Amino acid sequence: MAVPKICGIETEFGIAHTGTEDANPIAASSLLINSYLSEVERTGEGGPAAGVTWDFEDEMPGNDIRGIAPLGSLAPEIETHLVNAVLTNGARYYVDHAHPEMSTPECSNALDVTRYDKAGELILVRSMEAAAQVLPPDQELVVYKNNSDGKGNSYGCHENYLMARATPFFHIVVHATSHLVTRQIFTGSGKVGSEAPGLTTAEVPFQITQRADFFEEEVGLETTLKRPIINTRDEPHADARHYRRLHVITGDANMSEVATFLKVGTTAIVLAMVEDNVLPREFRFRTPVQAMRQVSYDLSLTKPLELADGTSVTALEIQWDLLDQARKYADSHGLDAVGGPVGEMVIDRWEQVLTSLEADPMSLANQLDWVAKYRLIQGMSQRHGLRPDDSRLAALDLQYHDLRPERSVAARVGLESLISADDARSAISDPPTDTRAYFRGQCLKRWAPSIVAANWDSIVFDVGDEPLRRVPMMEPTRGTVDHVGQLLADCDSAGELLSRLREPGSR
Amino acid sequence: MAEREQIKKPAPQREESEVEDAPATSGQGEELKAELDELLDEIDEVLESNAEDFVKSYIQKGGQ
Repeated sequence: MAVPKICGIETEFGIAHTGTEDANPIAASSLLINSYLSEVERTGEGGPAAGVTWDFEDEMPGNDIRGIAPLGSLAPEIETHLVNAVLTNGARYYVDHAHPEMSTPECSNALDVTRYDKAGELILVRSMEAAAQVLPPDQELVVYKNNSDGKGNSYGCHENYLMARATPFFHIVVHATSHLVTRQIFTGSGKVGSEAPGLTTAEVPFQITQRADFFEEEVGLETTLKRPIINTRDEPHADARHYRRLHVITGDANMSEVATFLKVGTTAIVLAMVEDNVLPREFRFRTPVQAMRQVSYDLSLTKPLELADGTSVTALEIQWDLLDQARKYADSHGLDAVGGPVGEMVIDRWEQVLTSLEADPMSLANQLDWVAKYRLIQGMSQRHGLRPDDSRLAALDLQYHDLRPERSVAARVGLESLISADDARSAISDPPTDTRAYFRGQCLKRWAPSIVAANWDSIVFDVGDEPLRRVPMMEPTRGTVDHVGQLLADCDSAGELLSRLREPGSR
Repeated sequence: MAEREQIKKPAPQREESEVEDAPATSGQGEELKAELDELLDEIDEVLESNAEDFVKSYIQKGGQ
């Protein structure tokens, strides 16, 4: 059986510092996050763990699943000197390159990922408000949840899925590629124009995704240059004998909760089916990179994609096939690996969205970002008689992703919500209960002064009277409320927790 | 093409009421347009005042 598809999203946000001539994105990102951390420390709400830093002990982003990285490939560098916080909800909030970045805690299902993604937005909003208290009144930090500046610079929204090490990697590559290329029809956040070399806004006035223009390879280790559809970073943040972590870098950051839910939910199901080896048909594109762009540029969703065997197929047809297989898989194997009832929800919504995409994509303006944005762009073009390259359309595109509630366009288009306001708010400070994020979050909530550092798979404690002690959490499905809830409740101090953990058979 | 016929779609579970609503389409179309007009009015009010400067100054380097 497929291993539980523990999953999460890491989002790099765009940031603008207005009202100053010498804006520096790294300084702005640091100010944004530090303002939030100070504010939370002051109010005691939504607690990040004051003084707890990220532990880089197990970071090896240069490791390649295929073994040795090919000559000339650029492994990402680790920036250990920038602000890097661990939050009590189990998330990581940090400066990555020149952007603020939020990684959700590990979740057991797509609905939880959507909830923590939403909580992440709320944290960014609070961060902007906190920074406003520190900055001169004519300056402001503004955060955008998108993936491109419209000038050829992109920043990512990456997904992570726990996979069994035993699953052959080439097997993952084939099926994941066909899903990642074709899921764009519902995961896209929409974009005015194209940033692919040689293409103008006249040729591509609007496309389905933010990211498709930036992919140049089929398989590879890079994330900032020559981006590959399948990323080979081999950094499981878990027991490497049993697990790998598939790091998906093709997705758009979504404002729509339905889009985030479907993006993660359908991908988790496809990967579970790959692991259980139930997909009978391989769709190998003749040119996957071209197919990626072709899908993004085809608003009619009808253009056939060429396959290596000489036949052709549309993105919708591949998605219908995967959905059909998912229904069979649910009957034969169950959906426990993807969150049980949440998996059922994913399948039902998947079918509803494909049906609507086929009948009339515009009927999804309250569910999918690209449709909601396209409707506005068309409406505004007609109202003012604008040409496709008019900067008012590019501005509307950017402002769709503005996270300031008083400026956000996405907040005004009537997008369906899957997460209640209360659930989103509680996720700002409370970790998920059914992954190891529970142990991390609860320890930080209760014993932050005794914790020196934390990361995905361990926590380093300092209880004063003994050497620093690292508590490993190599199994992402353990450390849940069922597993450690009673233990944590029974302990009055971090010292007591450490001595209880030392008892034979305690973990 | 034989290749494509192998892809079976699950029968879409459309709601019966959609069919009954069909005659009202033109009225619905006008309603939708009015709705969009109202939305565009609202969005006009929150849009950055100088679109050209705003777009030009939005530069984001160093991303993944």
